[in-house]
Amino acid sequence: MSLLQLDILLLIEKLVLIVIIVLASLGIALYTTFAERKVAAILQDRPGPERAGPLGLLQPFADGLKLVMKEEIIPGNANKALFILGPALAMTAALMTCAVIPWSSQVELFGRKIDLQIADINIGILYVFGVVSLGVYGIMIGGWASNNKFSLMAALRGASQAISYELAMGLSLIAVLMLGGSLSLKTLVDQQMAPGYLWNIAYQPLGFLIFFVCALAECNRTPFDLPEAESELNFGYHQEYSSMKLGFYLFSEYVNMIMSSAVMACLFFGGYDIPFLDEKTLPVNLAAVLGLGALLTKIVLFLFLFMWIRWTIPRFRYDQLMNLGWKKLIPLALVNMLLTGIFILMKQEGTWQTITGFFK
Amino acid sequence: MQALTNRSRAVSRKPLTFMESLYLPAILKGMLITFSHIFKKNPTVRYPEEKRPFSPVFRGLHVLNRDEEGRENCTACGLCAVACPAEAITMEGAERMEGEEHLYREEKYAAKYEINMLRCIFCGLCEEACPKDAIYLSETFAPANFTRKGFIYGKEELLIPHPIEEPEAFAKAKGLNKEA
Repeated sequence: MSLLQLDILLLIEKLVLIVIIVLASLGIALYTTFAERKVAAILQDRPGPERAGPLGLLQPFADGLKLVMKEEIIPGNANKALFILGPALAMTAALMTCAVIPWSSQVELFGRKIDLQIADINIGILYVFGVVSLGVYGIMIGGWASNNKFSLMAALRGASQAISYELAMGLSLIAVLMLGGSLSLKTLVDQQMAPGYLWNIAYQPLGFLIFFVCALAECNRTPFDLPEAESELNFGYHQEYSSMKLGFYLFSEYVNMIMSSAVMACLFFGGYDIPFLDEKTLPVNLAAVLGLGALLTKIVLFLFLFMWIRWTIPRFRYDQLMNLGWKKLIPLALVNMLLTGIFILMKQEGTWQTITGFFK
Repeated sequence: MQALTNRSRAVSRKPLTFMESLYLPAILKGMLITFSHIFKKNPTVRYPEEKRPFSPVFRGLHVLNRDEEGRENCTACGLCAVACPAEAITMEGAERMEGEEHLYREEKYAAKYEINMLRCIFCGLCEEACPKDAIYLSETFAPANFTRKGFIYGKEELLIPHPIEEPEAFAKAKGLNKEA
């Protein structure tokens, strides 16, 4: 019976956590759009938005209001249901990732130990990949339902980009998973926190580089932002979209950015680990809050890196994009995986046994 | 082939070397350049609060001048209208009546004086043509307007404030306090 008994408190706890995390990610994404404009401005010697509210802090709301007030256009021959489904799917897929990210360690509230993670599922990182691949449907459906050949071609372009880079991303990830021996993000983070272990970036610099480049491509960020190339490539899969539906597509890009930053922080930079500090010596709640702060700092740094890159380098040509993905990143990721495997084997079995093992 | 200018340079079409095809060194270099711009001063002038100083010879909106006693200088001779290359100036002359000596300096004055600011090219030829020092170009420019009609400035907009009744506004329009 105990298996079937519903733990009401657990349910409430998780629901509250879901609401907080979704709202927080949306809020952060809102201000990421603002930060993007501000960073762009600073890098280009401009002041950036500063008129709406103090220091321009109300700018994202002004932008949102503007998008909501715009006329909603659905092309005459478009498939209406799918046309609306497209941006919704893109947004949902972007937000769903936050379910498995360990935002911090446990807190103790009202005598209960609460994990600051919505669901610690044992296939965490696979789930992330599954959901990210769902995002491709948002692109494809949006482009196809517009009933416009340019949208469709752009959607194909976007989808093939996302799929190509997912391959290299997955391959570079395997090396990390071999080190950690687990798919659960929480376990991976705990492993990097353990004394005597460094962050994964120390063991996997090449893997991180590949993962990062692929994350840029997955989020459609420069230098892989082909959907944004209005002038030379036509606008992309969201060409026919207007009003808040376009807003959803653009906004989901920012949510994606935050989520991929969080995943990268967890996989390679120790998640909520504070460097040079043993969290065990701190009180539980304080450690959790500081850990959350550490993770958010890492996310913000990644977001800045994303923006910094965006406002520095021009975009790839489509064939160069494909060349880089298939001919460079995938072989590199394979080599990285192989080397990691060999080193792990050497550590477990000893160097000599490994070498002789090859010739058996 | 002979180059058209001495600044032309041959484009290198060599295939990328391995290091170049990694893109990373070049990307890092570029990123350092953009990063250095964080510390640069930005040259923006935040317009309504802050105004860029104009040079003393800036040619802005026209002003119809008065003399020290507040009498209008313009005699509606039409030389400015003739000089105007954009044909922006229209005027109608009228004769000064008995008892209007405190309003107009000469026997003839402009009853109507209009400048179409949409046509005007702010060349300043009217200022040069005027024999009575009655029109000159100030240091302000025409503010935005909702209608085209709003850009046709009549005497109310153009005339300089009265030097005796509103000495401060007059000094400001003349740009006198700027000199001091």
